[in-house]
Amino acid sequence: MLEVSEVKKTFGPNIAVDGVSFVARPGEILGLLGPNGAGKSTTIAMIAGLLQPDSGRVFLEGTAICGDNDLNKLKLGLVPQELAVYDELSANYNLYLFGALYLLKGARLKQSIRDSLQLVGLGDRARDKVATFSGGMKRRLNIAAALLHDPQALLLDEPTVGVDPQSRNAIFENLQALKKRGKTIVYTTHYMEEAERLCDRIVIIDHGKVIANDSLPGLYRRLPLTHKLVVELEPGAGTLPLEALSAFPEVESSQLRDSTLTVVLKDLSTGAPRVLRWLTENRCRYQNLTTERPDLESVFLGLTGRSLRDT
Amino acid sequence: MNVPAFSALVRKDLRLFFGDQRALLLSFAAPIAVASFFGFLFGGQSGKTEASPIDIRVVDEDGSETSKQIVDSLALDKAIAMKPASKADARETVAKGKAVVAVLIPRGFGDAAAKAFFSTGQKPQVELLYDPSHSAELAMIRGILTEHVMQAVSKDVFSPTGGRRNLQHWLASVDQDETLNPEDKGALRDMLKSVDRWFAQTENKSEMRGVGGLKMPYDVKEEPVTAGGQIKYNGYAHSFGGMGIQFMLFMAIDAGIAVLTQRARGFWKRYRAAPLSKSTLLAARALSTGLIAFLILVAGFAFARIVFGVRITGSFVGFLGICVASSLMASSFGLMIAALGKTPEATRGLAIFATLIMVMLGGAWVPAFLFPSWLQKLTLFIPTRWAVDGLDAMTWRGLGVADAVGPMAALVAFALLFSGLAVARFRWDG
Repeated sequence: MLEVSEVKKTFGPNIAVDGVSFVARPGEILGLLGPNGAGKSTTIAMIAGLLQPDSGRVFLEGTAICGDNDLNKLKLGLVPQELAVYDELSANYNLYLFGALYLLKGARLKQSIRDSLQLVGLGDRARDKVATFSGGMKRRLNIAAALLHDPQALLLDEPTVGVDPQSRNAIFENLQALKKRGKTIVYTTHYMEEAERLCDRIVIIDHGKVIANDSLPGLYRRLPLTHKLVVELEPGAGTLPLEALSAFPEVESSQLRDSTLTVVLKDLSTGAPRVLRWLTENRCRYQNLTTERPDLESVFLGLTGRSLRDT
Repeated sequence: MNVPAFSALVRKDLRLFFGDQRALLLSFAAPIAVASFFGFLFGGQSGKTEASPIDIRVVDEDGSETSKQIVDSLALDKAIAMKPASKADARETVAKGKAVVAVLIPRGFGDAAAKAFFSTGQKPQVELLYDPSHSAELAMIRGILTEHVMQAVSKDVFSPTGGRRNLQHWLASVDQDETLNPEDKGALRDMLKSVDRWFAQTENKSEMRGVGGLKMPYDVKEEPVTAGGQIKYNGYAHSFGGMGIQFMLFMAIDAGIAVLTQRARGFWKRYRAAPLSKSTLLAARALSTGLIAFLILVAGFAFARIVFGVRITGSFVGFLGICVASSLMASSFGLMIAALGKTPEATRGLAIFATLIMVMLGGAWVPAFLFPSWLQKLTLFIPTRWAVDGLDAMTWRGLGVADAVGPMAALVAFALLFSGLAVARFRWDG
């Protein structure tokens, strides 16, 4: 289990992280989200031991990580956002180097290299220079380098930046496999659909503080309980008396653009049948209908605002 | 210290360096090529510089026996390459830089020079047209010309024919001089007539024909002085030392820039996430850079030993000590660049400029003894000066290990200074 407790970090007059706390459990993927400059990277850097918090502690399996040489770091694997692998060296030699940093040697190191490369699907490219790899392969090797020492917790800082859908899918499968093995995974990303697909729980940080820490359903519940009903009408449906529709108590608002009717409902269960009945009563036929519920992006933008963050 | 990690980091750096053909070419082939050229200029294996003769033009407007003799003797002088020319051609040739100096011997020079030899009257003028970018050669030509003119004019003055012609001139001068009293005039006339009679008696004697003029009244014996009697100076020893130091510093710049690049590419995040101390990371980088620097220096000297016969005529232990201390200095210089630099692009230009200044003032290009004395004192604050002087002392000067201690101590002090700055200013974040 990874526990971040009240960590704080300032750079001069700027408070980068202001008392952040959360817990990531074994077999759980925790998504760490936030706008640019929110404090995600500084938090990750403090968890990984790259930065010393001004106050607060990071506990791994109940033990605090103290100092550069702390062997507790062996329980942690870091996948940096950058492709931190040497193009000029083979995949094997890259992993040999990074394994040696974590005190691996001899047969155990060789086996770890084989296992890691197999896991990320690069077993047959072990001897090839990394310069010959595609961007997706380099990303997978970047992940393999953090898995060599079989860490209990894995920190991934935007590990899918610039990869094609196939490689992204392969990375997701790798992470799901690691989750099944009981690994604790902390995953930062700007892609909301990735977080929705992968993460069991989401921590949203803004201005250095945790502003949400919940499961996905829990986060969805934070938005007002509204649903959209989108109805594609048959061509030539003519004009509809939308004022009458909006007057229904189940309906929040309605809008007709071209031949698409969008109705925001207060309650889907009672509102949707009422709207469909009203369409029938008005002799209006429809081709397709869909409902939309609030998504993570809506929650994220609702919590962090829509103003641009360029820092 | 995490020894397996330390060892893996050092081996990784060596592997990256030796796998990079551009780095190998720049670090090993380039210094050998440049040092070979400089060594040749500094006198090669014999230690004697075969300077090219200085191109001059001579315009003989006089056409006298004396001026012809001057031209003939200039033509035989090995220090110059003389060609006769017209006045217009000579001026144009110098203006175009094809000749360094043009010597113009004016009409009536031979006669006037002989008359001016013992008198205080007006002297004839020899005109020197020179290329202003070769002022050092002008001074040499002035000296060479003096020797040949004195020889030719004195030969004319002291020969029977020329002597009698001049005596007639001086007798007439005595007669016309109204400041002399009659007694002195008589005495002078008697003396000059006696000399004229002697010239008349010897004029037809064969042994007096072609009598020589004034000559240099001494010969020069030259002896190169080094610590041992059998030690011969080898110009390549200095050039390989100097260029070795220069290119090991260039390699150290690359090593420092690589740290900046690796930081930008996230490698240092990965290293620092591992259970490694900061000192282990820096020490691994310093050792790998130092090892490569040592190899660059030693490989250069090995080449110079095989091809140009450069020998460690002083203490071999002292030579190795200077090499090790220079390598430490270079590796700490690389670390300092990594610590002080911000972006690789901006850092590279500045670091190369600083290195070129250091090697220039350190005497790696031309020996420091050619500098003005104030600059020689100032350059003692530059590490390359100690490295170059130390290598010179152990190679061609043939000095003992005691003379290596000072340069080694200075180089280690610079290494500690650079390392201290590197540790203090190294940015561990990012």
